[in-house]
Amino acid sequence: MDVELRTQRGMRYGAWYVAEYRIRQMSKWLGAIISVSFGNPIIYLLAVGIGVGSLVDSNTGGNGIYGVSYITFLAPALLATAAIQAAMDETSFPTLEGFVWNKSFYGMNSTQLTAGQIVDGIMIAAFVRAFLTSAAYLVVLWAFGAVTIAAMPFLFLVASFAGMSFGALMLAATSFVKEDDGFFAIVARFIVAPMFLFSGTFYPLEQMPLFLQWIGWISPLWHSTNFARSISFGLEVPGWLMIVHAAFLIISLVVGMIIARKQFASRLLK
Amino acid sequence: MPKSQNAKTMIVAKGLRKVYGDFVAVDGIDFEVKQGEAFGLLGPNGAGKSTTMRMIASTSMRSGGELEILGKDPNKNGPEIRAHLGVVPQQDNLDRELKVWENLYIYGRYFGLSRKFMKDKIEELIEFAQLGEKRNAKTEELSGGMKRRLTIARALVNEPDILMLDEPTTGLDPQARHVLWDRLFRLKEQGVTLVITTHYMDEAEQLCDRLVVMDKGRIMAEGSPADLIKQYSSKEVLEVRFGSSANKNVAKQIEGLGDRTEVLPDRILIYSENGEKILERIVKLGLHPLTSLVRRSSLEDVFLRLTGRTLVD
Repeated sequence: MDVELRTQRGMRYGAWYVAEYRIRQMSKWLGAIISVSFGNPIIYLLAVGIGVGSLVDSNTGGNGIYGVSYITFLAPALLATAAIQAAMDETSFPTLEGFVWNKSFYGMNSTQLTAGQIVDGIMIAAFVRAFLTSAAYLVVLWAFGAVTIAAMPFLFLVASFAGMSFGALMLAATSFVKEDDGFFAIVARFIVAPMFLFSGTFYPLEQMPLFLQWIGWISPLWHSTNFARSISFGLEVPGWLMIVHAAFLIISLVVGMIIARKQFASRLLK
Repeated sequence: MPKSQNAKTMIVAKGLRKVYGDFVAVDGIDFEVKQGEAFGLLGPNGAGKSTTMRMIASTSMRSGGELEILGKDPNKNGPEIRAHLGVVPQQDNLDRELKVWENLYIYGRYFGLSRKFMKDKIEELIEFAQLGEKRNAKTEELSGGMKRRLTIARALVNEPDILMLDEPTTGLDPQARHVLWDRLFRLKEQGVTLVITTHYMDEAEQLCDRLVVMDKGRIMAEGSPADLIKQYSSKEVLEVRFGSSANKNVAKQIEGLGDRTEVLPDRILIYSENGEKILERIVKLGLHPLTSLVRRSSLEDVFLRLTGRTLVD
């Protein structure tokens, strides 16, 4: 193959080659990914959506929350959580693997790939995973009657985007990890769990005590959930707040990627 | 291989330096590597070999001096240079979950190689690495030697102008080392420029046309293995052991017998043109070593002479 041609091609499409690798690796876990993508929503919707939902709905005299059934209220939050979890899996584990476990990033960096291309490639692959997970989740939500067909494309976009925003932040955070001493346990317990519980997921954020509401405000999950609820069942969200939600997600994505690129470069080009 | 004067210069380093904070890893070194040459960096752990390698591999920015790889500056043109290099790192970084052929495929893709090109290339490289039977095995199932061969094959995927090997046989058993050396010889015969770091003198003697001896970030000597031995050592070495407590005292008695004497904790080395003769004279003095051995001088002796230390501590 012509050396100049392939050099140019490699320099232009490097991020896609990294994504190709990540997707190939993902495909080794395809069975697990698919069963989680469908199994997770089914379990949540049965247990919380229908189980807790019947309790909530009967106690509110059939008014549910914000005038819709509990399962409809809950659906956008569960969807965004799933997308966030998926994107997180595809940004944090591969990063630790690449820098610590088998140092594959150093191998990539020995080729013409740059630190920036590696970051972009991981993000592309994470996006694919968040996309697939959101799609599977939506199908289940629809089957449970929790979303309307008309709202599905928008919900899909918002959830995938929320996944990417949080994924970028996780990528940035993981790129600083030097040793794998319980990093994931800390993230799961002190970041993901509180975010999941205190982002207006199971009840409106304003019903939480004031001193806990800040968690929602710094949580990509709340911003995307509130945004998605407005789309899904017409929750009244003021225009300025919709802008804040979108801006928060975009800024998280951009800032996460900038930090990750910088840190990747400084670790790879010592 | 072509080592004529007009062979293309692949690497030029002048006053090359690398500093990490207060620590000077590479302290102003000069060398050149010509096309088709097998060039070695020999030295103990921490001599600055791997740092030098990383700078040549264009994955580490130099702190000072000049460095030119294939006519380009790695601080500015890293990716362009790396497109023409093959790198075998000290520690294998193969993907454990991917199959043998997939590891080659993915790596080829990083270089922008087409799927069609890779189809034939993969088979060629699997044959070169003698991994035909393991083609579809996951790399975690391979032995250390096989992993090493796969890593070398992977580094050849882009048909590099320079192949860089950092401690290629460290951690391998003797048989696996010989298989690997055989593969590297073949590459040498094909005219691939090799840059090798090692702390094994036998490896340097086997593989390198020319080498530099490094210690504490500096180059101590440069030349072909034979030249270095000639210049810094004698033809033969007599090794005698009198027991660790007696060695030091005996050394004083036999000091003038050879050209030079080195006292190591476990043995005394006496350098001369004829080891057997020296041994006879030692016995005549009424001294009876527990063991004695006459051998040819090696790069190990060159290193000992230059630094006062052995290569492998």
